Amino acid sequence: MKKYYLNYLDELESEAIYVLREVWAQFENPVILFSGGKDSILVTHLAKKAFYPSKIPFSLLHVDTGHNFPETIAFRDDLVEKLGVKLLVGSVQESIDEGRVQEEKGKNATRNALQITTLLDAIEDNKIDCAIGGGRRDEEKARAKERFFSHRDDFGQWDPKNQRPELWNLLNGKYFEGEHFRAFPISNWTEMDVWNYIKRENIQIPSLYFAHQREVVWRNNSWIPVSDFLKLEENEEVFSKKIRFRTLGDITITGGIESDADTLEKIAEEVSTMRKTERGDRSDDKRSETAMEDRKKQGYF
Amino acid sequence: MEISNNQLLRFTTAGSVDDGKSTLIGRLLYDSKSIFEDQLESVTATSSKKGHEGVDLALFTDGLKDEREQGITIDVAYRYFTTPKRKFIIADTPGHIQYTRNMVTGASTANAAVILIDARNGVIEQTKRHSFIASLLNIPHLVVCVNKMDLVDYSEEVFNKITSQFEEFSSKLLMKDVRFIPISALEGDNVVNKSENMSWYAGGTLLNVLETLHISSDINKIDARFPVQTVLRPQSEEFRDYRGYAGRIASGIYRKGDEVAVLPSGFTSKIKSINTGEIEVEEAFAPMSVALTLEDDIDISRGDMIVKKNNQPEPSQEFDVMLCWLNNDAAKPRAKYVIQHTSNEERAMIKSVVYKVDINSYEREEGDDSLKMNDIARVKIRTTRRLMIDSYRDNRNTGSIILIDEGTNETVAAGMIV
Repeated sequence: MKKYYLNYLDELESEAIYVLREVWAQFENPVILFSGGKDSILVTHLAKKAFYPSKIPFSLLHVDTGHNFPETIAFRDDLVEKLGVKLLVGSVQESIDEGRVQEEKGKNATRNALQITTLLDAIEDNKIDCAIGGGRRDEEKARAKERFFSHRDDFGQWDPKNQRPELWNLLNGKYFEGEHFRAFPISNWTEMDVWNYIKRENIQIPSLYFAHQREVVWRNNSWIPVSDFLKLEENEEVFSKKIRFRTLGDITITGGIESDADTLEKIAEEVSTMRKTERGDRSDDKRSETAMEDRKKQGYF
Repeated sequence: MEISNNQLLRFTTAGSVDDGKSTLIGRLLYDSKSIFEDQLESVTATSSKKGHEGVDLALFTDGLKDEREQGITIDVAYRYFTTPKRKFIIADTPGHIQYTRNMVTGASTANAAVILIDARNGVIEQTKRHSFIASLLNIPHLVVCVNKMDLVDYSEEVFNKITSQFEEFSSKLLMKDVRFIPISALEGDNVVNKSENMSWYAGGTLLNVLETLHISSDINKIDARFPVQTVLRPQSEEFRDYRGYAGRIASGIYRKGDEVAVLPSGFTSKIKSINTGEIEVEEAFAPMSVALTLEDDIDISRGDMIVKKNNQPEPSQEFDVMLCWLNNDAAKPRAKYVIQHTSNEERAMIKSVVYKVDINSYEREEGDDSLKMNDIARVKIRTTRRLMIDSYRDNRNTGSIILIDEGTNETVAAGMIV
């Protein structure tokens, strides 16, 4: 007899497609926040499915810190061309040049927090009323509190203690002038689910996720790639290691792990035996216990 | 590795800090090896900073800054873990402040509710509240954990007394499937690993029960309901005449060739094709997201519902709803609200309050028309246009509504159609 129930990946897929279609139906000008990382690639893939045979009806918005892996940018441009969607870029460098934000100083300086201003400016300038993100509740404790439809006030701020209750599948995307929403279609996916799905659907992802030889330094308990943006400390030594990245952020703060996993099968296998959270290699989250919560309240992804 | 056929089970946990709810969740995550090393390190460090011996399992469920400082849960937090048998989503809801609002939210999508009872105290008011909400929200499975068995010498007598207490008061509720498990979340008895201290208990551990609950029948597969979310019109050469109706099947099964009716217009047609993404399929069932095309050109838009010709919901403009008020601002008499029902949106008015329910005693109170935060009441609702409704007992997706205050845009109430 045929069985009439879904396996967990199909159920997650169906839920995400439902959310994406609600976004399209309820908002005037939604975009996908696209970082070039696996989660935003996954969201884009799901959007393709949700609207087939129509094209993806959303533009992609990339908040560009200027501190990119070159591979990410090449991948982004290639994908945009393949899908025939519009790419919007918010530039952190421009925000700095215009004096909207100040570059951080010191050894652990990053442009991570600066993205908030650029992102909120891009949302305002492009009259975006919903920004779709690849955030997942399993990533981090502040993200565990997120709704599928998450309200932002007219300063772009998130008030986690005063969120709209979200019941059944009924999503309330109503807002007043100047406010906007963030939507998180893959809220209920875990890192393992993402990899199992990418493997199943054979989704193209940047080469950085696969094991490769790279020049790195040991900093903050992970292998940070050597790049034009990295200031080497006196006692720091450059190694050549076979590594891969579990998450992709700025090249200055994204730590790699030593790995031989060079296929999707091997990556999924490796992730299933991982004993550390994926954001454990992200120095942006290591700054304090509430680093993510604090940034999210201000308007971060 | 083959794509697994593992299912997804969503459950909600109810209880307060004192019941050991956080400890239970921590124990489930820890013993099922879902805790990562860096999380363990951080919790171990915090435990010793707070002067606890060993690892305080409750800290695994810590969330926002205020919650950590006050040792409470503010609203629903979601946790995830996977075993070789299933993927689990826990909606972790607080037992104290705004308990009704949060528990209703967490319960709305749950297949199962885990209710905790402190073995030393037995059934208390909170147990009754939680059970009432689980029953009101029609959660298909209820798992009652009698916790802290270690503090009552793992006594079978205590356990039996509590289960009969529970059965006595819950006879007034509608419950399909109730299980009882004696556990100690702190010591790990019968959570993931079978207890060696309670040989008198022959049933499964909590995890074992959660892994084997029969959930395939939780979704209604009889009454086919397809609320249209949006219409796909590609405008490309290849798909010039394509008109696809995109939506998530709320219940039932659809097959190519099925005779369907489109509501509210009532026009009929046949299903021409069913797609999930690029793949065309012969049949699809709830809760799949699909795109349907029909044989005939009919004017269909968001909010319409495609159903089987011979099995239709009831179009109604006036109906009774069990309403849970979720907002700090009380309901305004005869005020108008936006009502969301499936993908449809109309305006609605609460015509009258039939009765309110005291969720501790289950008594009905008539003559009180006010609706405040956490109140549950049976009300009469009138909408500007007809909605295609089913009763919530028959269909959780087409029997549920929310009300939105147009002045604040907040979701102020959740309702289950009687």
